[in-house]
Amino acid sequence: MARESALQLVAIAKRFGAVDALKGVDFELERGEVHGLLGENGAGKSTLMQIAFGLVKPDAGSVAVGGRAVRIGSPLEARALGLGMVHQHFTSIPTLTVRENLELAGWAEGPARNAGGVRETLARGLDPAALVEELTVGQQQRLEVLKALATDARVLLLDEPTAVLAPSEVAELLGLLREFAGNGGSAVLITHKLEEAFAAVDRVTVLRRGMVTYSGAIAGQTPASLARAMLGDEPKPDSGRSPPAVPGEIRVRADGVDVRAGEIVGIAAVEGNGQRRFLRAVAGLEPADDVSVSGPAAFVPEDRTVEGLIPGFSLTENLVLGASEDPRWSRGPWLDWRAAGARTEQLIEEFEIRAAGPRAPARSLSGGNQQKVIFARALEGDPAVLVAENPSRGLDLKATGFVHGKLRDLAARGVAVLVYSSDLDEVLALADRVVVWYRGRPIPVAAGASRDEVGRLMLGGQ
Amino acid sequence: MRVAPRGAVLGWLLPIGAAALGLAVLAVGLAGLGYDAPSALAALWRGAFGSWYAITSATLVRAVPLVIVGLGIAVAFRGGALNIGAEGQFYAGAIGATWVALLLGSWPPLVGVPVVLLAGAIAGALWAAPAVLLKLRFGVLEVISTLLLSFVAEALVSWIVQGPLQEPSGIYPQSAPIPAALRLPTLPGTRLHAGFGLALLLAVVAWAIFVRTRWGFWLRAVGEAPRAAAVSGRIPVDRVIGAALLWSGGLAGLAGAIEVSGVTYALYQNLSPGYGFTAIAVALLARLNPLGVIASGLVFGALEAGASGMQRDAQVPSVAVYVVQAVIIVVVLVAVSRARSARTLAAT
Amino acid sequence: MDPLSGFLAASVRIATPLLWAATGELVAERAGVINLSIEGAMLAGCLGAALGAAHGGPWVGVAAGAAAGLLVAVGFAAVAVIGRSDQIIAGTALTLASIGVTGVIYRQAFGSAGAGLDLPTLGAVEVPGLHRVPILGPALFAQPALTYLGLAAVPLIWWLLFRTRFGLRLRATGEGAAAAHATGVRVIRTQVIAVLLSGLFAGVAGATLVLAQVGTFAERMTAGRGFIAIAIVVLGRWRSLGVLLGALLFGGTTALQFAFQAMGLAVPYQFFLMLPYLVALVALAGVVGRVRAPAGLARTIEVG
Repeated sequence: MARESALQLVAIAKRFGAVDALKGVDFELERGEVHGLLGENGAGKSTLMQIAFGLVKPDAGSVAVGGRAVRIGSPLEARALGLGMVHQHFTSIPTLTVRENLELAGWAEGPARNAGGVRETLARGLDPAALVEELTVGQQQRLEVLKALATDARVLLLDEPTAVLAPSEVAELLGLLREFAGNGGSAVLITHKLEEAFAAVDRVTVLRRGMVTYSGAIAGQTPASLARAMLGDEPKPDSGRSPPAVPGEIRVRADGVDVRAGEIVGIAAVEGNGQRRFLRAVAGLEPADDVSVSGPAAFVPEDRTVEGLIPGFSLTENLVLGASEDPRWSRGPWLDWRAAGARTEQLIEEFEIRAAGPRAPARSLSGGNQQKVIFARALEGDPAVLVAENPSRGLDLKATGFVHGKLRDLAARGVAVLVYSSDLDEVLALADRVVVWYRGRPIPVAAGASRDEVGRLMLGGQ
Repeated sequence: MRVAPRGAVLGWLLPIGAAALGLAVLAVGLAGLGYDAPSALAALWRGAFGSWYAITSATLVRAVPLVIVGLGIAVAFRGGALNIGAEGQFYAGAIGATWVALLLGSWPPLVGVPVVLLAGAIAGALWAAPAVLLKLRFGVLEVISTLLLSFVAEALVSWIVQGPLQEPSGIYPQSAPIPAALRLPTLPGTRLHAGFGLALLLAVVAWAIFVRTRWGFWLRAVGEAPRAAAVSGRIPVDRVIGAALLWSGGLAGLAGAIEVSGVTYALYQNLSPGYGFTAIAVALLARLNPLGVIASGLVFGALEAGASGMQRDAQVPSVAVYVVQAVIIVVVLVAVSRARSARTLAAT
Repeated sequence: MDPLSGFLAASVRIATPLLWAATGELVAERAGVINLSIEGAMLAGCLGAALGAAHGGPWVGVAAGAAAGLLVAVGFAAVAVIGRSDQIIAGTALTLASIGVTGVIYRQAFGSAGAGLDLPTLGAVEVPGLHRVPILGPALFAQPALTYLGLAAVPLIWWLLFRTRFGLRLRATGEGAAAAHATGVRVIRTQVIAVLLSGLFAGVAGATLVLAQVGTFAERMTAGRGFIAIAIVVLGRWRSLGVLLGALLFGGTTALQFAFQAMGLAVPYQFFLMLPYLVALVALAGVVGRVRAPAGLARTIEVG
């Protein structure tokens, strides 16, 4: 039987400023399938789906829904054509109720033709009168999917919906997608996790730097072949590192968690369990009675352009921001910008930061180079403790490799490293020891615990 | 609040263009209403630059409070604190200065004048203090609190010149003249007083503080990105914002004191023709750069001086120049936000 | 009229323009826009009302006042919402422009000797029967029609904001413009509509001030009432009923001066001029912190 086309994108091109985000991409979603859209950060996956959903206007190319050529100018039009989208970031409004958010998404009561069972499953356990900000992250993600299905969509586009979920929640969501496809719906699952693709999708399209490098059935592919399609010949960052043979002195002492010099302690947690407060307490940014830290602590915040750097300030100014009392450029109330600029120039070279120079504004740098600036600055104070919060979020593989390498390097040099990532795999790959954070409390994890065991603990299981 | 774009993207063309457009709008509007626009503009020019006396005694004299209050606005806005009640702080400073001057009597000028000016600055800072408390303690927007406080100040000055500080005969709503020894020296043959030099000096000092000191850097960081300042800079954000508002009030108060001891020699109910509000435009046009505040203060001083000339010679109400000021603010504002959104686009 | 009744009547009369302006501002702020230009819109409304009433009677004045307020809001929306500029500075600029323009037009229209301008005003409409209720009757049921309309606008705006789909979209825009945009709300258009409505209401507020309270026009006659209205929105915790109570509180504190003068208290009148502003400051300190402003208030929208 000839497969019906649910969504077709032909020769889509899009340019942002000097960057070609998409260079003539073809994509086809068939009825009744879950289609994986794979690629590195910055490969163009999100942009492609945003074009399909009317959020971004393509420079060239055409879109067809259900075999009919259409022009989608806004999310409203996309919804009218039977599309629904789950965005990478939550789009519910925290200060409104669940019901109000559903109404905003165009919720139609009554039996849903395409997604009846799935909608009912999702709605279970969501109190319509609750404010969204009171929901757990897992519940918020259910609401996001429910919103996408509000207008009884036939085509569901999901942009990295699993990034914030614990393993069992991921399994549940993927199960729902299969059910949706089984009822005749179609779904696009954007991900950069190969295991998810193998678990849930029928076919995949792989993007690399705005071009399709593979499209077809997932059967017959291997993780290695798909990884090559995603990354080209770029080497995978090494992950081998043995924990210190002799335990170092305790640098961070808190109820339930100690971090010793020379080790990397990873925190695994679902968002909103109080782990960020703890990280900030260790970094000395929030008062805490039960946390004691010996030696200076440096902090790498998750949000680079809101908390890490001042985008409009030059690199020199951003360096000074983190060390405005450093005697090399600070005398009494005065600042010596020449000395600070010279040091910035050295750091640009040392860390191989791609920037026009010390006077370049931080916003002109790529995410990876911004993160290098933040690391360079953090190390200026010769910290005894380094605290990092989602240090590779939004970075491409090469920059992630730099970040991981730097963290391991610091531990090897005797720094006590505390790292939290909402990506459990990153925690497991980096950490010598893992601690789960649940409802504001640390829960110890037995050495050698499996991924699934950690995942259970993250949801409060034993 | 990020009105200070980095780099001289817009250079000098923007302020000049904005001022020209403002005058053009004024001319068209006046013509549309049946005024004789060319003669109104000519009167405006004569009032500002028509003679040596007009330049020194009208334009420069009016530029002094605008520059000093404008510096105060720049300090606050740079720190992200929107002090739009400088008018009240100006009056508080004038009250404080008048009161102290009348108390001091005939102290020697070298001691007395600084004490009077300091009294004005302290009074201005005190007038801003409730806004600091309300913002940091209760989270009340300083935009609202400083404005409300400035209405209180206007009522207060009205009471003071008819009550405690009214001149001895009790007829006129004004204070007794302050002693001659406590008046600022003037340039012979003109009304230009020493406050002008002080304004220039303060602008240079403010520039040096913004650019060369840690506190100035902290202020800019807090105003540009408070969360990055707190997290990455470990800057005491609240303290910096509070200090910025107090300094801002202090400068406005100082301007009030200078107005009394340099121009009017007494406290009046309508001492300020809205300097506190005009100074917002002054600071914005200078894009919060203290050296630029000198230039834009002169432009607005000329506008204010010209407005009086226009009212006198062409019977156009002097409030008409507010239209010019508004156009200037809007043009600069829109140009700055255009530049910003262009940058944001380029960054994604 | 007995003193208490007189005090209540004065409170309601003074509160009415504030109620109109604050109710309009409530809509703008719920949509995420802090509209400082309502001070200017109110002033424009005053002049519009004066011109309209002088030429066509009080109701033409009301319409002209509303139109003048709307015009200022159009300028504000163009700069702050569509031009995506800082709302607070744009509001200040539009208010400055309004002071200038109203000053010039007023002199041109009424001459510089316009101080004695005497305008036809809106008379009190007595609600049959009720206005005879002792004390409350004259205060609440013998007011100009604009007072009744202003009171009627309170539940109407509440219904609009909290019971209609448009209101939901408007609030969503104010709470999270990016999220609202992603769900398909036309955020810029929504904010523009909200701003225009706030200007319209501020215009009516100005008309009320001229035609139902003062009976004449004077330069800068609003004297910060628009800013007071903004404080009232905060005081009223961004709710319709709260705004009504806040406006009455201001009306009451302002009306106190007449009551005290009637009692012959020798307190300088300037202290009564200060009183509403001081009460506002104290009340703000008591209210803010325990309530939450719309999350996107005064933030420039980057999407849409």
